[in-house]
Amino acid sequence: MKMLKILFLVFSLVLFFAGSALGGDSITIQGSTTVNPVSQITAEAFMDQYPHINISIRGGGSGTGLAALVDDAVELAQSSRFIREDEVRRAVENGVYPVPHRIAMDGIAVVVHPDNPVNELTLDELQAIFSAEITCWSELGGPNQEITIVSRDSASGTFGVFNDIVLRDRRLAPTALTQASNAAISTTVAETPGGIGYVGLGYLSERLQAVFVDGVKPDNTTVSSGEYPIARPLFFFTNGWPEGSVASYISFVLSPAGQELIEQQGFVPLH
Amino acid sequence: MSKGYLKEQFIKYLLFFCALSSVLFLAGIIWVLFREGLPVFSHVSLLEFISGRDWYPYWHPPDFGILPLISASLVVTTGAMVIAVPIGLFSAIFIAFILPLKLKKIVKPITELLASIPSVIFGLFGMQILAPVLRDLFNLPSGFNALNAMIMLGIMALPTIISLSEDALTAVPEPYREASLALGSTRWEAISKVIIPAALSGIATAVILGLGRAIGETMVVLMVAGGAAVMPTDIFRAVKPMTATIAAEMGETSVGSPHYHSLFGIGIVLFFITLLFNIIADYFTQKFQSMVGGES
Repeated sequence: MKMLKILFLVFSLVLFFAGSALGGDSITIQGSTTVNPVSQITAEAFMDQYPHINISIRGGGSGTGLAALVDDAVELAQSSRFIREDEVRRAVENGVYPVPHRIAMDGIAVVVHPDNPVNELTLDELQAIFSAEITCWSELGGPNQEITIVSRDSASGTFGVFNDIVLRDRRLAPTALTQASNAAISTTVAETPGGIGYVGLGYLSERLQAVFVDGVKPDNTTVSSGEYPIARPLFFFTNGWPEGSVASYISFVLSPAGQELIEQQGFVPLH
Repeated sequence: MSKGYLKEQFIKYLLFFCALSSVLFLAGIIWVLFREGLPVFSHVSLLEFISGRDWYPYWHPPDFGILPLISASLVVTTGAMVIAVPIGLFSAIFIAFILPLKLKKIVKPITELLASIPSVIFGLFGMQILAPVLRDLFNLPSGFNALNAMIMLGIMALPTIISLSEDALTAVPEPYREASLALGSTRWEAISKVIIPAALSGIATAVILGLGRAIGETMVVLMVAGGAAVMPTDIFRAVKPMTATIAAEMGETSVGSPHYHSLFGIGIVLFFITLLFNIIADYFTQKFQSMVGGES
C-alpha cells in the first residue's frame, strides 16, 4: 500500500514537470516569410539569454500564420499585414482574441541607375511605370530611353508590399525582368542605364540612385515617421494579452537590443 | 550449400537491389510530380493551362497560362540548336576525317571537357561578360534576353553534339568511303554525299540529346534569360522558360497553394517534353544501329 502511494506521488510529479516543460516554455511562431529574419535573429539572441525557453519558427505566409493562431495552434503569428475582419470574426468564434504587436517597419526604396536625371516620382507615376503605361524616360523629363522594369518574383514578400502600395489594382507589366533577390535587383539596375527596380532599405548603395517618392526621401527616419509611402509595419499577433515566456520574448524584441538586431537585418526599427 | 554459393547469391541480390533502386527513384519522382501537380487542374483546365497567355499566379483571381513559358523554352532551345548544330557537326567532321589520329586523341577529350563545367559558371559568364557585350553591341536596354540564353545553351550543348556525331561518323563502315573515293569523288564529296547521309540518324540522335540537355537546363536560363513571362516575339527581349519559372518561384510560394501546384504542373509538361525527346532519340539510335550494322 505504501509502495502504491509513492508510485502515485512520483507519477504525478513527473506529469506536473512534463506538463510545465511542454506548455510553459516553448513558443511556436508561424507566418510571413518577410518577418522570418526578424523572428529568427531575435529568437536566437533571446534563447541565448533564456536557455529554458525554446522558440521554433515556421514560414508559410501571413495568412497561414494567422489561420494557425485562429485555430489556437501557435502562440505567435508573424504577419506583414494587419489581421482581416473575417479572420478576427473566425478567431472570436473559436474563443481566440488576437492582439497585434507592431515589431518593426519594412521600407522599400525605388532605385534607378545613378546616371538617370529623374530622381523624383509620384506613386501614380510609379504605378504607370510598373504597369507599362509609361515606357520611356522622356515622358518623365528624362532622356529618350526605354524604361526597363526590374521586379522581384511574384511570390516574394517584397513584391507583395510593392504590389499593394504601388501597383494597387493594376498588374505588373509581363515584360518586367524578374530577379530572385534584393542583391540581384541591385546588380541589374546598376548595370542597366534605363533600369528601375525596388529593394529593401538595407540594400541601398552608391551604385544605385534611390528616388524621392511623393517628395519624400526613403530612409529610416521617414519610414518610421510614416512619411515615406512604400512602407508597412510588421506584426506579431498573440491570443489575448501575452503572458509568461511569450511576454518576455515580445519585450525583448521591442527592447533596444532587439530593435538593433532588427536594424542589422535591413528593417527599420520602431525607435 | 557451400560458402561460395551463398556469397554469390548475396552479391547477385545486392546488385539487383542497386539496379532496382534507380527504377524506384524514378517511380517516386513521377508519383510526387503528379500528386503535387494534378491538383492545379481543379483551378484551371488543361487546355487553359497550356494555351493561356497570362502568367499571374499571385493575382486574384490568378491566371495560370503557361504558353509564354513553353514558347520561351522552345524558342531558346531551337535558337541554341541553330548555333550548336552547324558548329558541332563541322567540328565532328573535322575531328573524324581531317585531324590526324594522334591529335584526335587529344582534341576529342578536350571538347568533352566542356561538358564538365558546372552550369552556374556558364550562367556567371553570360551574366557578367556576355550580357554587357550584347547590350552595347545591339544597343539594347538590357543584355538579359533570349539571345543570351540561346548562345549560352548552344555552347553547353556543343560537347554532346560533337562527341555523338563524331561517333556516328566514324561508325560508318570504311568500305563506304573507299568505294566512293574509288568512283572518283573528292574527299568532301565522299563526306557530304555518302558518309553524312549514312550517319544521319546517328547525327539526329546527337542533336536530340543536345536538345534535351538544353531544354532541361535551369541555372543558365534563370541567370541570363531575364525572366519576363511574355510571348517570345523578339530574341532581343527577356523571356521566362519553364525551368527558370519553377526555380525562381518555388522557394517563396506557400506549400499547397494553387501557385505551388501550378509549378508542379509545369514540371509535368516539361517531363512529357523531355520524355518525347528521349523516345525520338531512341528511335533514331535503333534505326542507325540496324542500318550500319545490317549492311556492313
